[in-house]
Amino acid sequence: MVDRAIEQDKPNGPVAAVLLAGGIGAATLGVVTTLAEASGSFAQSLAWIPAVGPLTGKTLVSVIVFFTAWLVLHFLFRGKEVNFNQIVTISMVLLIIGLLGTFPPFFELFAGE
Amino acid sequence: MEISAREGWTVLHGMLFGAAFLLAFAGGFAGLFSLRPEWVTREGIQERMTRLKLGMWTMALIAWATVITGTFIVYPWYRASPPEGTTDLSAFPRSLLLSSESTAEWHRFGMEWKEHVAWIAPIAATVVAFAVTYYGPILARKTNERRAIMIFFVVAFLAAAIAGIFGAFINKVAPIQ
Repeated sequence: MVDRAIEQDKPNGPVAAVLLAGGIGAATLGVVTTLAEASGSFAQSLAWIPAVGPLTGKTLVSVIVFFTAWLVLHFLFRGKEVNFNQIVTISMVLLIIGLLGTFPPFFELFAGE
Repeated sequence: MEISAREGWTVLHGMLFGAAFLLAFAGGFAGLFSLRPEWVTREGIQERMTRLKLGMWTMALIAWATVITGTFIVYPWYRASPPEGTTDLSAFPRSLLLSSESTAEWHRFGMEWKEHVAWIAPIAATVVAFAVTYYGPILARKTNERRAIMIFFVVAFLAAAIAGIFGAFINKVAPIQ
């Protein structure tokens, strides 16, 4: 039984889907953070909870995008074998965009009004 | 010996949730790193899988709890604006930090980085928890998949560590009370 559990195979689609969705969620956070720095009016439009300010929208948009992307990609990739290395590369690039876009010396380069 | 509600939430956010996530990382990383058929017996892989799945989902939940309490409960106290004419800024940490050039960077760099990058941690931790659960023991044979999952796990840790370190320092310089 142990042998069967280890030797059986599963399509990589669902894992590719969650990795890509994670990258998309992180990149969304980076892009929205940078856009909010560039535009004061955009930042204010994200202040859904006044006490929290624009951070409300920045974080909730990213979380909603992450879960929506995961759901959509999961159904698209479910039961399929996809090009995993390609998906991982795209996910890593998206992760880097997320990390860069949330780094103050980077997003302050775009500081607007 | 007293602790205010604000201090209590700050402790819950940083020292319980945040610290638990950071401490659990080493165990999770060791579990993922050593999950190889050439290093662990088949029974060993099966045995540690239950622990790994439980650990990864617990870490993901803790990461979500950390950012949610931090952003929606503690952060409003940090960024509250003092009423006009206030001279004692000790109850308004953001304003207190910005009131002096010697402390302003704690907000401009430290807090600005922390409050944003922290949210990458629960997203990446959820990715890892799902992937580990989906593959189960098969993950031991999936070198590429395991490597990708470990990168996400390290990114989750680094994001949480940045947030945790700056949170600790900022709360030292301008405590929420």
